[in-house]
Amino acid sequence: MTKQNINVALIGNPNVGKTSVFNQLTGLNQQVGNYPGITVEKKVGFCKLSHNINANVIDLPGTYSLNASSADENVVIELLLNKKDKLFPDVIVVVSEVENLKRNLLLFTQIKDLEIPTILVINMIDRMQLKGISLDIPFLEEQLKTKIALVSSRKNIGIDELKTLITTYKTISTEPCLNASSIDDDYFNTLRKTFPNQSLYKLWLVITQDVNFADLNRNTLEKQSFTKTNSELKKLQQKETIKRYQFINNTLKIGQKIDSATATDFRSQLDRVLTHKVWGYLIFFVILFGIFQSIFEWSKIPMDFIDSSFASLSTAASEYLPPGAFTNLIAQGIIPGIGGILMFIPQITFLFLFISILEESGYMSRVVFLMDKIMRRFGLSGKSVVPLISGTACAIPAIMATRNIENWKERLITILVTPFTTCSARLPVYAIIIGLVIPDEYFLGFLNLQGLTLMLLYLLGFGMAILSAYSLNKVLQLNCKTFFVVEMPNYKLPMFKNVMITVVEKTKAFVFGAGKIILAISVILWFLASNGPSEKFRNAATIISSKVENKTLSALEIENKVASFKLENSYIGIMGKTIEPAISPLGYDWKIGVAIISSFAAREVFVGTLATIYSVGGSENETTIKNKMATETNPETGEKIFNFASGISLLLFYAFALQCISTLAVTKKETNSWKWPLGQLIFMSSFAYIVALIAYQILK
Amino acid sequence: MQSIFNLNKKLKTTIASLKKGEKAIIKDFDADVIPLKLLEMGCLPGNTVELLQIAPFGDPLYLDINGSHLAIRIETAREIEVDSITK
Repeated sequence: MTKQNINVALIGNPNVGKTSVFNQLTGLNQQVGNYPGITVEKKVGFCKLSHNINANVIDLPGTYSLNASSADENVVIELLLNKKDKLFPDVIVVVSEVENLKRNLLLFTQIKDLEIPTILVINMIDRMQLKGISLDIPFLEEQLKTKIALVSSRKNIGIDELKTLITTYKTISTEPCLNASSIDDDYFNTLRKTFPNQSLYKLWLVITQDVNFADLNRNTLEKQSFTKTNSELKKLQQKETIKRYQFINNTLKIGQKIDSATATDFRSQLDRVLTHKVWGYLIFFVILFGIFQSIFEWSKIPMDFIDSSFASLSTAASEYLPPGAFTNLIAQGIIPGIGGILMFIPQITFLFLFISILEESGYMSRVVFLMDKIMRRFGLSGKSVVPLISGTACAIPAIMATRNIENWKERLITILVTPFTTCSARLPVYAIIIGLVIPDEYFLGFLNLQGLTLMLLYLLGFGMAILSAYSLNKVLQLNCKTFFVVEMPNYKLPMFKNVMITVVEKTKAFVFGAGKIILAISVILWFLASNGPSEKFRNAATIISSKVENKTLSALEIENKVASFKLENSYIGIMGKTIEPAISPLGYDWKIGVAIISSFAAREVFVGTLATIYSVGGSENETTIKNKMATETNPETGEKIFNFASGISLLLFYAFALQCISTLAVTKKETNSWKWPLGQLIFMSSFAYIVALIAYQILK
Repeated sequence: MQSIFNLNKKLKTTIASLKKGEKAIIKDFDADVIPLKLLEMGCLPGNTVELLQIAPFGDPLYLDINGSHLAIRIETAREIEVDSITK
């Protein structure tokens, strides 16, 4: 028997556990990418349904209906209406949730109108008893013209049955479950006559949404079909929604029984505390504080371990490999470069762990609710809190997460200020500099000073984001309708498997995404640092020995002097020396200057760059990156390079400067103009320079 | 004319004038000022609405509409007329 491969599309409202169903079906067999041309995440997983049927499972973005109001939702429609797409589904699985069945079924009835075989999954059935809900499945299957799978993705119930059900997709009805066109028979009959070859519901979607399809372009429709004004169309959409709900209400009246006496009141009690005008804010603050403390405290040991392991690996490489250029490349370029990335895995992992727990538990929506009024004073929306918090992981998904902010002005301001929040790429820079210049002592007996500094830096990022939002709100003259609808999902204990898959995926993306850049830059830097253009570089040894002739120095000291003289006259040294006048008022030497230049590709390159430069510059290899930085001194004054003043200046520079090409690219994409990213770059970087300058001049 | 119109507007019971814990039936609203997304989440004439929580500083409002839990801002709530069914 030949193997068969089918496409299965998973679709559902947000917060119904669609992703957990996806995770249960596919495990770690997932591929995450972007849809071509847009930055919406595309997740495809692989699943073996039976011995001869395999499935590509597509996890579509969560949506409340097929009436697209954002780029995420457009993706759903475009895939479901384009038969030529290679991921066009053979079968659609609509995931719903037992407690919100009524609302979830709205999307289901719309999907049914597309005339593709559709299965209904009712998730979280383990809560049915708790909530006093009972369902008449045969009746529902008959009314909804579908097959129903009862599933608990949390308890892993019903997944095998779902797999079996999917294999029978050819026998599942493709008939719509209600006749939506009866809301305006005349209009739809005319449409049907004008376009006899098109699906009626598809036409309706194209007319009411701003989407185009390969075989059905909105502009070619224009003349014959746009007989209605926007307001009339909106009224029709309202009528359509009411009609669908009537059908759903009638169906559930018989098919679903709810004994509300058994329902527990856990949610409202928790809501009362978490959205309380005092406790709510206090709890939010304590949670944030706890996260930042633990990121620093818990990751200290594994970080030091990774750092010192790579230091000894580098020593071992230069000892046991035959000496030569290739060994130097490995020992001084590649190994410290990789170490500079891997060392930050513990912190990144903790950060993503906490963020995904906050999102999975349903707490994030309460924060949106709690913060909306305050944020609006600064021209932001309560929904801006989510990008600002997830911006602590990375500004790129955070800027994409602004899409659900309905008001364009609030959204634009959120996009512009999000890069101020402390992203995970700043964390390596902060961690190493805080470790060098802030004492590892306790304040009031339990507050670690280093952790406290880190938290202050995070607050500084948020504060700056909010302040610039406030000024932008005053400056930008845009009038936009303000809509704000946020779902308040039920509280859920975060699912271990979901959290783990997110953490593993994001950490992997960090290591391989940033890793490639860091590795490439390390190799280039090593080359530039080990070669020089002039006679001085080549004759370093003779120049130094003639200089020190009359002084008595040990062989090691001479060797060190030769190495640092070589470095100064290498390509990289010349580049660094050129920009030194611009950065020395900030307290940086030319080596830091090189690290700042190279970190314009991505901030996290900073540490790797210094690691490479110092490995080439020093003759001994056995020390860690941190030790190398700690012992670095100014050759003229003998002062430490990383002292309190220059450390604080560097921290502030990295807190404010926009050093991330990807952020500029995503801002360009989301605002559809170069004006905004360029403004961001110029404002943030000059602000960073001025603040760092002032800080150093005061503190030195 | 202007003053009568304003008076009428004031006398209307809307979601914004409900008290915490109060339940009501949605009567009517102008489809042009209410986002479609809200309708899709069940905010339709005839459905019940309960005001569950009011955020600190009086805005937004946390509602249970037809079994859906969601929050909207007070200016949207002011546009949705209701009939109260509990005190």
